[in-house]
Amino acid sequence: MTGAQGDPSVITATGLVKNFGPIEAVKGIDLDVRRGEIFGFLGPNGAGKSTTINILCTLLKPSAGTATVAGYDVASQPGEVRGAIGLVFQDPSLDANLTARENLAFHAFIYGVPGDERDARINEVLEMVELSDRAKSVVMTFSGGMKRRLEIARGMLHTPEVLFLDEPTIGLDPQTRRHIWTYLRKLRAEKGVTIFMTTHYMDEAEECDRIAIVDGGKIVALGTPTELKAMVGGDVVTLATSDNQAAAADIARIFELEPTIDNGNIRVEVKDGAEFIPRLVRETSVPVTSVASHRPSLDDVFLKLTGHAIRDEAAGSTDHMRMFMRARGGSR
Amino acid sequence: MSTEGTVLSDVRPAHSHRRSAGFANTLRGIYIVWYRDLLRYWRDRVRAVVGLAQPLLFLVVFGAGLGSSLGGSFGGGANGGASLSYAQFVYPGVVGMAVLFSAIFGAMSIVWDREFGFLKEILVAPIDRSAVAIGKALGGATQAMIQGVILLVLAPVIGVTLDLGTVLLLLPFLFILAFALSAMGVALASRMKSMQGFQIVMNFLMMPMFFLSGSLFPLTGVPDWMAVLGRLDPVTYGMDPIRRIVLGATLPPDAVNALGLTIFDQVLPIGVEALILLGFGAAMLAIGVANFRRRD
Repeated sequence: MTGAQGDPSVITATGLVKNFGPIEAVKGIDLDVRRGEIFGFLGPNGAGKSTTINILCTLLKPSAGTATVAGYDVASQPGEVRGAIGLVFQDPSLDANLTARENLAFHAFIYGVPGDERDARINEVLEMVELSDRAKSVVMTFSGGMKRRLEIARGMLHTPEVLFLDEPTIGLDPQTRRHIWTYLRKLRAEKGVTIFMTTHYMDEAEECDRIAIVDGGKIVALGTPTELKAMVGGDVVTLATSDNQAAAADIARIFELEPTIDNGNIRVEVKDGAEFIPRLVRETSVPVTSVASHRPSLDDVFLKLTGHAIRDEAAGSTDHMRMFMRARGGSR
Repeated sequence: MSTEGTVLSDVRPAHSHRRSAGFANTLRGIYIVWYRDLLRYWRDRVRAVVGLAQPLLFLVVFGAGLGSSLGGSFGGGANGGASLSYAQFVYPGVVGMAVLFSAIFGAMSIVWDREFGFLKEILVAPIDRSAVAIGKALGGATQAMIQGVILLVLAPVIGVTLDLGTVLLLLPFLFILAFALSAMGVALASRMKSMQGFQIVMNFLMMPMFFLSGSLFPLTGVPDWMAVLGRLDPVTYGMDPIRRIVLGATLPPDAVNALGLTIFDQVLPIGVEALILLGFGAAMLAIGVANFRRRD
């Protein structure tokens, strides 16, 4: 074991900046990821998530700032960092003309897994993601979910300290996504590996131990899902009325709250939704057509912190494009 | 099947197999990149053989068509006695063509890998990136050499005599040509983002390099500008030794010599030609390595 092993931090970043020409993709990110946690990077497309992960994985050089992974500096010790991490990219990165086993053998060889351990290790990771019976099949014949599982297996083959996953479940169906989460939790439990993932799915972020909410190249909030949700006061009430402008003005005046109008609905944070709704209906002059109260979700946190929704509609269409490109064997 | 009981047994520190010597690491990287290319070649062997259709077309069309209008004593006229049909003359050029084309298309696999994502898997591996460029150049070269060797089975049909010694002597020259072109392809592919772009650049380079290399006609008695361009074409230094070796057992030595490439009226020794080509290949490989090592 190295000295780094005792250190509770496995990823650190200080003032990380990345510019692509005049575009600032990452505008100063500070991070401290602890050993053995599942850490999520949540944000819309274009928030700088992939750029950050690519810097941490040594694929990009930071324009400013420093970062260490597993005790190694990403700028000056890229080889050491690469040996200590496993990677699952946003886009598929398997050789579709080779079998599952051949893909894993290639990886084991290039990562220097000792020859006498290679076969046992390959069998182990194949079994972990339940692909043992397909070991000899050419990857071309695999479904999207199977490829993803194989990539996770490959990422773990050389027993990395940190497993990076960039949008690991993008474009997969809900059942497959749950499946992948089962593997990831099992990995963490059995191997104690630290998992660092990016996502723009709120439900996925809920599964993480800690989340950093990223928007416009910056971390706008960091904490456990519970802590983040506590940032929204109490409950979130959404209502529709015949005149949203007038109703919002009413609410602001009568209850001294800060309603926002979003997507044809009024949205307001209150201490206790169940107690608030009857008073609302009684005291506003504008007729209420529908009303609902719910516990705050990460969506609400995101909306509160950034002033805009995570734009799942827009993300949805790129997902479809991505799936389409995947289906015809391309990328991007 | 239950996997609940699966315990990933190995808990040795992940560091243990990371700190192996850098040079051994690079060699391992070169080997595995080369090995994967050959594995894919073998898996796609039907397509590889189909890839020989174009050189064969040249052989048939030029050998039979052009040959009959040129008459039956091509290239040997200067020496009186030995006569050579055009098909016999063009045959080594067609072998070289198969090497040229498949070396360049072999390098296209880099662009292919980039488009399909696999290149990322190689680039993030803890090996020096020079291994990727070198492994790819050697992988492409090996495939291209095999393609050239396959065409040698046609020798009896063309009326060219080959013996084992000739073939063994030929192999390193085929490989050097294949390596130089493959390295050139790697240097170009390392900067190319799209398949279309690579194809356009390659077509602009490949055809002139092939036509000017003396593969279809000797570079003697051509206009001066062509004689100069032909001698600037690296492929020329691969085609010439291949022709001289392939026809070595068919023609008398001075007839073979008369076919040889001259610079200032001196016939170049085939060893010198090989060195020129190797130098070109090494320079191209250096560019490819530098391109692969770049990190944005």
